[in-house]
Amino acid sequence: MRHGRYPLILSFLLPPLALYGIFVLSPYLQAFQISTTDWLGYSAQADPVGLANFRTLLHDGYVWNALKNNAILLAVVPVVTIALGLFFASMLTMGGRKGRAGVTGVRGTSVYRLVYFFPQVLSVVIIALLWKEIYSPTSGLLNGALRAVGMTDTPAWLGDPRFAFWCVLAVMVWSNVGFYVVLFGAAMQAIPRDIYEAVLLDGASRATMLRKITIPLLWDTIQVAWIYLAIAALDGFILVQLMTNGGPNFSSDVIGLRMYDTSFGSENKFGYASAIGVAMFFLTLSVAVLALRTARRDRIEYS
Amino acid sequence: MNRREILRRSAAAGLLATPAAGLLAGCATSGGGDDKGDAGAYKGTKSEQNPLGVKEDAPLEVVIFNGGFGEEYAKAHEAMYKEKYPKAEIKHSATAEISKTLQPRFVDGSPPDVVNNSGAGQIDFNGLVSQNAIADLGELLAAPSLDTPGKTVKDTLLPGTVEVGSYDGKFLVLNYTYTVYGIWHSTKLFADRGWTYAKTWDDHIALCRQIKAAGIAPWTYAGVHPRYMSWPLISTAIKLGGPSVALAIDNLEPNAWKSDAMKTAADAWYQIVKDKFILAGSPGLDHKQSQTAWCQGKAAFISCGSWLESEQKDVTPAGFNMTVAPTPSLGSGDKLPFEAIRGTAGEPFMVPAKAKNVAGGLEYFRTMLSRKGAQDFTKKVASLPVVAGATEGIDLPYGLGTVVKALDASGSNGFNWVYNNYYRKLERNLVDAACGEFFSGRISPAEFLDQCQKGADSIAQDSSVKKYKRAA
Repeated sequence: MRHGRYPLILSFLLPPLALYGIFVLSPYLQAFQISTTDWLGYSAQADPVGLANFRTLLHDGYVWNALKNNAILLAVVPVVTIALGLFFASMLTMGGRKGRAGVTGVRGTSVYRLVYFFPQVLSVVIIALLWKEIYSPTSGLLNGALRAVGMTDTPAWLGDPRFAFWCVLAVMVWSNVGFYVVLFGAAMQAIPRDIYEAVLLDGASRATMLRKITIPLLWDTIQVAWIYLAIAALDGFILVQLMTNGGPNFSSDVIGLRMYDTSFGSENKFGYASAIGVAMFFLTLSVAVLALRTARRDRIEYS
Repeated sequence: MNRREILRRSAAAGLLATPAAGLLAGCATSGGGDDKGDAGAYKGTKSEQNPLGVKEDAPLEVVIFNGGFGEEYAKAHEAMYKEKYPKAEIKHSATAEISKTLQPRFVDGSPPDVVNNSGAGQIDFNGLVSQNAIADLGELLAAPSLDTPGKTVKDTLLPGTVEVGSYDGKFLVLNYTYTVYGIWHSTKLFADRGWTYAKTWDDHIALCRQIKAAGIAPWTYAGVHPRYMSWPLISTAIKLGGPSVALAIDNLEPNAWKSDAMKTAADAWYQIVKDKFILAGSPGLDHKQSQTAWCQGKAAFISCGSWLESEQKDVTPAGFNMTVAPTPSLGSGDKLPFEAIRGTAGEPFMVPAKAKNVAGGLEYFRTMLSRKGAQDFTKKVASLPVVAGATEGIDLPYGLGTVVKALDASGSNGFNWVYNNYYRKLERNLVDAACGEFFSGRISPAEFLDQCQKGADSIAQDSSVKKYKRAA
């Protein structure tokens, strides 16, 4: 009986594992192998060069510049996105003033929730092109609005190294917030109403309620959000590539774009690009592990 | 979990891992081996009618870059090939992403027979050449032209075509269109306002002042691809100092970017930045947006190649009459006359060295370079092919007419540079970034040339990049 189970289990497990092995694991492992070669990508010839690619990487100013930008993304995007997501979600679930003792959202909650979720429905490419037009210095919505309120000498946004990176960062936050509003909103719905009613009766303000009740009870969800956003911040490739292509003067470059540019863009150094990819892999991995470790707290169960 | 179970599980894991290891050995870089022995597998008998030795029933695969020229012209060329070799089966495909589409096939050793390696997703030629991935086209040059009796294919080409496609003396890349790079303006706008295009730099600045006073921005440029502005700047320097300025840059000679001619040219061009002659916001526009602003009359001048007219076809107002002109001369000390303009063969085609039907690929090029093929191309896409006299008897659109005139006037004074072909990254990334800083006024002319030189030096010192030299 016990042995009869194995063929069945194996026949269910093997195909997905094989697919995973072929399409996920093997490319990963190959990237490690390719990163130790000088492969140029258009012939089968690749000579091993040991760790030379990684040594070059250490002295590559463009890579460090891109990493610096990723570090800023990592520091800013999760915090701002989660803060905004929490704020909007709590407004939507308990921001209403009607009936001081009850806990309801602001008027039109369902409409807002839908609107916030819109960017999530759009593909990232569309978001990038949409915002590229909004930021356009001559015909864009943003500068149009600034001119309408009497501002002359409007900035060139994506064409100005002082703003380009922050413009992309803002779009990254904008496109992510909606999802977390819905995620946090759903988690908040699961918090028993009577807890809120109790603290309201005790005279807690809405800010205290958010700080002392909602956030601790949402900690699991926030932690997941944190990891997702941290990984997204280490990427940022699609938005940057479409909106600025790393420019002007590399001011909005990110590590993913560096890898792409090294392999498919201005050069075809697949060996070196794989080395960048391997470095990225370890970075992302350590960020995810760190985020998990530092955010670990005891889980609260409602009974 | 007892010990037996652990053993059982690890055995299962081992079973799973074995095929994975096998996969590893058989992927990416190891594919194709060195030679499957089918490179140039299709060979026919050479004869007077068939100088390249095409096997008449061998299939031919053509991959076209689906960009500004579309793919219809290529289908016409394929039909011409098929007319001559009815038994040959032609496989046609078009993509905007040449590099991503074809990379696995190059590695696998089974590339198509003809590749139009162009566009933003172009495969870097430096890498292709250093990996011996492109077939030598020498035989094609020596073959007789398809429909111009008594001439070889080489005799029918415009000057400079062979040089631009040659690496270390071997002709590897057929650049099919002839592109002229200059400064563009609307004849209508200038006639309406009573302006004339200035032939010297001082007059150009005076004209810019006049244009600005009239409420129009004198200049705009593709801020997202600021390298477009490196073209008139380098042209100005070459006209001042002679073609050796370009030669030094192409050969990565030390301090080539900081030559006296380059310094003078950069100082001169800085004037349009300093005096705010550039349309506000240009640094944030891409090529389409800036060209459209120019077509709408928001700016008077723009730097571009001769593809501009077809690229702007949809938004150019009727009677706009775009005209190309050479860069203004700096003064009487210029080594080249005002009329000298940068002309070069562009739109690269190649036959991969490992193509199955190399002879067929060369024959396809011979068809493209026939008078009939070239004229058909001009009619379909309103651009100049590299075949001499291909435009005779064809009604040209206005802009292309001015291109032909400018080329005639420039004659043997025409010049070109190729560092952008040799070292794609140098122009696309490094000089590009420097131009962005310079033309938005954030760095001085000296800093601009420093940044370009630093870029050139970084390429020169990179041992993983193959270096090319040209003689003249």
